[in-house]
Amino acid sequence: MKAQEYTVVGTRPIRHDGADKVTGRALYGADFQMAGMLYGYILRSPHAHARIRRIDTSKAEQFPGVKAVVTADDFPEVADRMVDLGEGDTPLSYARGNVLAKGKALYKGHALAAVAATSVHVAEEAAGLIEVDYEVLPCVLTAPEAMRNNAPIVHDDLTTKEFGEQTGRVSNVAEHFRYAMGDIEAGFARADVIVEREFHTATVHQGYIEPHNATALWNNDGRILVWCSTQGSFVVRDVTACLLDVPVSRVRVTPMEIGGGFGGKIPVYLEPVAALLSKKTGKPVKIVMSRKDVFEGSGPTPGSYIKVKIGARKDGRITAAQGYLAYEAGAYPGAMVAPGAMCIFAAYDISNVVIDGFDVVLNKPSTAAYRAPGATNAAFAAESVVDEIAEKLGMDPLDFRLKNAAKEGTRRADGPKYRRVGCVEVIEAMKDHPHYSAPLGGPHRGRGVAIGFWFNVGMPSSCTISVSADGTVNLVEGSTDIGGTRTSIAMQAAEVLGITAEAVRPTVVDTDSVGFTAVTGGSRTTFATGWAAYEAAQDVLRQMKERAAKIWEAEAASVVVERGVFRSGDKSMTFQELAGRLDQTGGPVVGRGAVNPRGVGGSFSGCIADVEVDPETGKVTILRFTSVQDAGKAIHPSYVEGQMQGGSVQGIGWALNEEYYMSDAGSMMNSSLLDYRMPTALDLPMIDTAIVEVPNPGHPFGARGVGEANIIPPPGAIANAIYRAAGVRMNRLPMNPPAIMQAIWSQRD
Amino acid sequence: MTLPKVYIPTLLRTLTGGRASVEVEGTTVRQVIDNLDRTWPGVRDRLLENGKLRPNISVAVDGEVTPIGLIETVGPASEVHFIAAIKGGVPAPNPHQRL
Repeated sequence: MKAQEYTVVGTRPIRHDGADKVTGRALYGADFQMAGMLYGYILRSPHAHARIRRIDTSKAEQFPGVKAVVTADDFPEVADRMVDLGEGDTPLSYARGNVLAKGKALYKGHALAAVAATSVHVAEEAAGLIEVDYEVLPCVLTAPEAMRNNAPIVHDDLTTKEFGEQTGRVSNVAEHFRYAMGDIEAGFARADVIVEREFHTATVHQGYIEPHNATALWNNDGRILVWCSTQGSFVVRDVTACLLDVPVSRVRVTPMEIGGGFGGKIPVYLEPVAALLSKKTGKPVKIVMSRKDVFEGSGPTPGSYIKVKIGARKDGRITAAQGYLAYEAGAYPGAMVAPGAMCIFAAYDISNVVIDGFDVVLNKPSTAAYRAPGATNAAFAAESVVDEIAEKLGMDPLDFRLKNAAKEGTRRADGPKYRRVGCVEVIEAMKDHPHYSAPLGGPHRGRGVAIGFWFNVGMPSSCTISVSADGTVNLVEGSTDIGGTRTSIAMQAAEVLGITAEAVRPTVVDTDSVGFTAVTGGSRTTFATGWAAYEAAQDVLRQMKERAAKIWEAEAASVVVERGVFRSGDKSMTFQELAGRLDQTGGPVVGRGAVNPRGVGGSFSGCIADVEVDPETGKVTILRFTSVQDAGKAIHPSYVEGQMQGGSVQGIGWALNEEYYMSDAGSMMNSSLLDYRMPTALDLPMIDTAIVEVPNPGHPFGARGVGEANIIPPPGAIANAIYRAAGVRMNRLPMNPPAIMQAIWSQRD
Repeated sequence: MTLPKVYIPTLLRTLTGGRASVEVEGTTVRQVIDNLDRTWPGVRDRLLENGKLRPNISVAVDGEVTPIGLIETVGPASEVHFIAAIKGGVPAPNPHQRL
């Protein structure tokens, strides 16, 4: 379909779930109720690193109202083996270990045992009666410390892998990999300017407002039924089945509405525990995390240590770039260092590159994805150095980026060449935006820019569409709706069918009721599940053409359909008219679409940030902020803008305030939303947006996926703005008042 | 005759005499790896485990990470890259379909 012919795609219909959300009728996991339901509570480790000598649950079991207590010993006994839970093979003991610790507690907040009782208060009180005998061990909290030879070892059985080679070295470095191309030494030799800097970024949390929750019923027929808040119901199904050693067909997962995830609701924490408690009691069991549990016991995104070295000629061409990225995986391997390494220099066309990545375990919660995972840390470092080089060369920072911008045919350091991408268009849109040339209007103010790249993913999705007699359709899909994807998916079906977006009723269903659908993540849902809806709608049209042909006693091949009107010769019928005659022409029409699509199109994003720095306190005020992003074709521009604004705000929080403030003993000292400071509407100006549309040739409507790239550039842009406002180059996140004052004082000294 | 061009990951180049890329026969990723291993013994073991791509490795053909792994078709002018797989919560291929 040609872009100019779209009637639904590119418009801004009201979201299908809007009424339920704004009236409070939408059901979230914590709202879920069943007759006879019990309430669970998780006992968590007070120590960041401790050997568990013994857990005595007898007093808790005797407590009035308590129905069951479980520990890791309640998992079915099976030999440890490698299991693939959708994130790559991992030892079963690690996968189970993060749900209920066995042998060692690896971080403060690590789940040790769970109680089911008649109320959550009874369960909590009984959990306090569980006696745990610990041998407290020294903890290690940052990647550079964990990589030292004499560092406390988190896993005695973990050895470093180097691209498939098992080195046999027991260490906290789970994996080391390297991307390299060209001749790095020759590249730096040709440079007129070289800048090399080190950066540290703190552990931060996604900050979703709805805490993790799960209700499970281990039914009498052996089936395990789960209701929960998740980005991927099929991930919950598969992980729960694996950890409990039952076939996936024995587990049904119903995704409730979700109050934010940003990557943090892909991992599974509560569902297998609730299921074990249900198995023991025969009752449904609900567990809801507190905010403290969410901070201490779910998956934040990695802190990191990054070194960047970039060289450029006087004419502004980058000749070489080198990166060293050590990311904190937390308690178990799997830091997002690979995507960080793929993205760190991805916005630039550089011939000579070396990037080393290290996945480092330590005594913090096992990390999870967070919106373009790994890329924001990396871009903060790279974009700070790029800015410094542009300054040394006396070039406008956007002109410098434009001169080196990646484009179709540019080879990334990890190997692949770009297809059609919108990096140049994003930078040009930033230059052309009135914000870039507006006066700053006061002292202690500065403007900074930065850009970033996220590759996006495809992965499997499924949809069915059934046609109703009144000409509307029911669209059934398996992608949990975090950012308005019910509507963006429905719009793609509507465009094909030639009906309005409102004539499509999208429903997110359980794992028994739709084909496998991968997680809502990786900016894939509008792209891939939208593609499945496109295919399902095409299937509907094929069948309806046959029905029209039957009515008209014509050949199916003679029937054409355009904008919801079927024609053959001089005969015509609207979609709605034909829908009303399906029963008499062969029965219902149900279309299906199942895809594992290629053609993924990466997205570039940039931002312009104006700040004011109080020279007395170091407080940074965001005066103006503009986000620019290539959406491919924006299916629903309002939701694209919403994603850009949301990602920008999260990036601003990451830049200025957010961090896991850790004690030396490994306790998070700010595990409440009062002390873990996320920006609110009162802290920020309206985030301006500019959508760039460089259609992705790999998608039927040109969509790229927009959920992630927008969080990448804000910390770099703000660091560069702070430099222009206060004269200090920041090398640490968050850039909060103490850090800025320290930088200012260090410069004075 | 044009052959698929395979880019050798940096940490595997000790097995290929330092070569960064080589041309290898094969019409699928699996055939390409088998043929690589014939010339450069040991490459297959670094890329595969129990007959599957190692969990920390993905393969990109002509610029795109393939969702079907070893059975992906490779053309005579194709570029093949082995890259670090995305882990840690970023969606990975359905484990039931990983080949």
